[in-house]
Amino acid sequence: MSDLRLNKREKMQRFLADNIVPVLFVIICAVGIPLSGYSPNYLINEVITRIGRNSFLVVSLLIPIMAGMGLNFGMTLGAMAAEIGLILISDWDIVGIPGMVLAAIISTPISILLGWWCGTLLNKAKGREMVTGYIIGFFMNGVYQLIVLYLMGSLIHIRSSKLVLPRGYGIRNTVNLDGIRQSLDNLGAFRIAGIKIPLATLLLIALACLFVVWFRKTKLGQDMRAVGQNMEVARESGINVERTRVVSIIISTILAGYGMIIYLQNMGTLNTYNSHSQVGMFSIAALLVGGASVAKANIGNVFLGLILFHLMFIISPIAGKNLIGQAQLGEYFRVFVSYGVITLSLVLYEMRKKREIGYEGAQLAALQKEEESK
Amino acid sequence: MEAQEVPLLEMRHISKSFFGNQVLGDVSFTLGKGEILGLVGENGAGKSTLMKILFGMNEISETGGYGGEVLIDGTVVHFTSSLDALDAGIGMVHQEFSLLPDFTAAENILLNREPVKNHWAANLFGERMNIIDRAKLEASAKKAIDRLGVKLDADMVVGQMPVGHKQFTEIARELSKEDSDTAGKIRLLVLDEPTAVLSEQEAQSLLKAMKNLAAQNIAIIFISHRLQEIIDVCDQIMVMRDGRIIKQVVNDKNVNVHDIAQWMVGREISLDKQENRHFDYASHPVDMEIRNLWVNMTGEVVRDVNLDIHRGEILGIGGLAGQGKLGIPNGVMGLFPAGGKVSFEGKEVALNDPKACLDAGLAFVSEDRRGVGLLLDESLEWNISFEAMQVQGKYLLKKGPITWRDVNAIGEVTRTYIDMLEIKCTSSKQHARELSGGNQQKVCLAKAFAMQPKLLFVSEPTRGIDIGAKQLVLRVLKEYNQKYGTTIVMISSELEELRSICDRIAIITDGKVGGILPASNPSSDFGLLMVGQAVKGGN
Repeated sequence: MSDLRLNKREKMQRFLADNIVPVLFVIICAVGIPLSGYSPNYLINEVITRIGRNSFLVVSLLIPIMAGMGLNFGMTLGAMAAEIGLILISDWDIVGIPGMVLAAIISTPISILLGWWCGTLLNKAKGREMVTGYIIGFFMNGVYQLIVLYLMGSLIHIRSSKLVLPRGYGIRNTVNLDGIRQSLDNLGAFRIAGIKIPLATLLLIALACLFVVWFRKTKLGQDMRAVGQNMEVARESGINVERTRVVSIIISTILAGYGMIIYLQNMGTLNTYNSHSQVGMFSIAALLVGGASVAKANIGNVFLGLILFHLMFIISPIAGKNLIGQAQLGEYFRVFVSYGVITLSLVLYEMRKKREIGYEGAQLAALQKEEESK
Repeated sequence: MEAQEVPLLEMRHISKSFFGNQVLGDVSFTLGKGEILGLVGENGAGKSTLMKILFGMNEISETGGYGGEVLIDGTVVHFTSSLDALDAGIGMVHQEFSLLPDFTAAENILLNREPVKNHWAANLFGERMNIIDRAKLEASAKKAIDRLGVKLDADMVVGQMPVGHKQFTEIARELSKEDSDTAGKIRLLVLDEPTAVLSEQEAQSLLKAMKNLAAQNIAIIFISHRLQEIIDVCDQIMVMRDGRIIKQVVNDKNVNVHDIAQWMVGREISLDKQENRHFDYASHPVDMEIRNLWVNMTGEVVRDVNLDIHRGEILGIGGLAGQGKLGIPNGVMGLFPAGGKVSFEGKEVALNDPKACLDAGLAFVSEDRRGVGLLLDESLEWNISFEAMQVQGKYLLKKGPITWRDVNAIGEVTRTYIDMLEIKCTSSKQHARELSGGNQQKVCLAKAFAMQPKLLFVSEPTRGIDIGAKQLVLRVLKEYNQKYGTTIVMISSELEELRSICDRIAIITDGKVGGILPASNPSSDFGLLMVGQAVKGGN
């Protein structure tokens, strides 16, 4: 429907209602930056680091949204696959870029298998993909724990005593990834005005973005968009709806795995039993902060969201300290805001759908009147 | 047409019954190349079943196939799916749009038949990694649009199109199918109610497009309720009623809308013909005023309805399916988004707020009885008393701070209605799901009666129930109206049913009131109103 019949104020109201989450974050950041007292250089440096760390993960969410499957809470499966790869290369002492590549190679078949399984399950729960994916993530976390906490060191041979718990099997709570720490970030990195540019990481991210752009133009991408809009119409035209949806989840899971490897090489330590679930939550929240919804997301949303979301994390501890004398505010904010943003976005999306229906009806009536008055 | 030429399509003695219920009997007709056949009939006359047979839909073979023969080019064919029909060059445009709102016209026209450019990734990961060839896609779409001879922007996103353009997109898609290797050259198109949702101007350009296609030797079966359009474009007109061809005429200039309308609704029905009472409108004030009502109900859009409903009358609301008659009660009662102004007894009733309507003394028996009307897994007692209990606080006992259900009163009122409506059940504790459709309908009525409403909307009260239950439901409504003076607004697709109990009948066409006539007028008057013709004496 065209919105020709709206005046300026109504248009503004509609824009605000549709983009309330990003607008809110812009305001928070605008207030928080002066309060924090950080220099622009410091902030830019931090933001670029975090873009490098997180973008690939967030990009992995785009393709299932295109296929109408909502936010892929199942991306944690890919993250788990990547973690298994990283534990293995740490044990084998393969360091640097070769180590990362090997971890990626190990993660890929695991991601494909998990993605296929997850996608097949989601096909049985059409319309409830998000909550199903979320619960699948919890369930797989159990399987992951079984493998990492009991089988590694007993059934799966782990040589390094630095990895294994003192009892002789199971991986320690934190795994030191010294071997690959920042090895991608430092590849070809340079500084402009004191700001570190992790060239290779950014190039990889650009490649992922190019992949998404290219993918939209393929037949498969077109099919996904068709399936995302209306499964019945797509099916009638002969598109294999189920297969298309499964493929979209597989691609997302693989990309999430690669994203996790990039994320962890930047962090330098692996929080064996928590990293994956945190990463899923923060990636989804960041995308939503960028103005994406359950049904629509693009590369712009990824970067806007990452910048706003992380800017807030950077400034909130110090702003909190300056404001009420407590730096813990930042950590509290992180969790509180992530869940809050996701909740708000999900509710707003439903509300917007309802409002659109009423709006369409009103426009219908207006059009009719106009026609009559002619 | 030269008589010697073999007709493109011939249907011979087609008959079909569903579970012993005959819906088509001995239908025969022929259609030549480039001819337009107008197919007219009330809902349920058998038009759709006939088309389903032509297309070899699964539904037909699953229910025992059909009698008679379908011939294409003089040879008998037996399609087993719509793909077979497509192969023979027969395409169909359905009444509901099957379009993707975020795709452009071109993308929709060539959905899943997009031309592609080879990409190396396709060798690794399969054909679907090929890149879509936008230029070719648009060219093919434009070719189909040009054949249709209409103005349609191939780049426009379908969600932003006026409905007319959506319809063109659908037709262009059928035409474009002949360019792919799976379909034969399109020779016959079936258009099911293509103009139903269009404005007059849009309909005109569609009719022109149909003539363009006919000139290119494509035959068309045009199903429509708009009789003037049928007369304007068709070479032949076929009127169906109750599964038979009532009339088949060549459209020379001697056929007029009035004749067709009469053939269509023709039967003077056998439903117990009662003399209509004389309702004195002067002494009964207007209770409900509906002004500029719009309702956004899928498939039953109401655009601009103005109605005055007098206290104590039985007002019928009729009209063809999809014209908006069902939207009116659903909108007024707040079940679908609505706008405009509705006032009852001089006070404005809030729209989009079902509780406010119920509080004002309105009640609604929905056409969707299993979805909206009943708590299927609860007892009859619960079903009948629930709404009155919730809204009016009836059948409750207050003991101290806690309010209890008054089980005795509930049981009593339920038994009263079971007797009054002759509900066939094992006890008042039986679950609603276990009852037959007719008895479920009676429970819905009992539920509304228990509210003792001042105005009662009853939507399609006899849909899908047997003739005995039908008579009873109609009789009870009439008696209830006489006994308690309750205003009743009954919405029904069956004109004769409305005529048998209503004082006045409003016919809804195109989301507006087409006209209101006393129920005693002949049915052909209502038939004319249904197809959008003005009738003298209507207001």
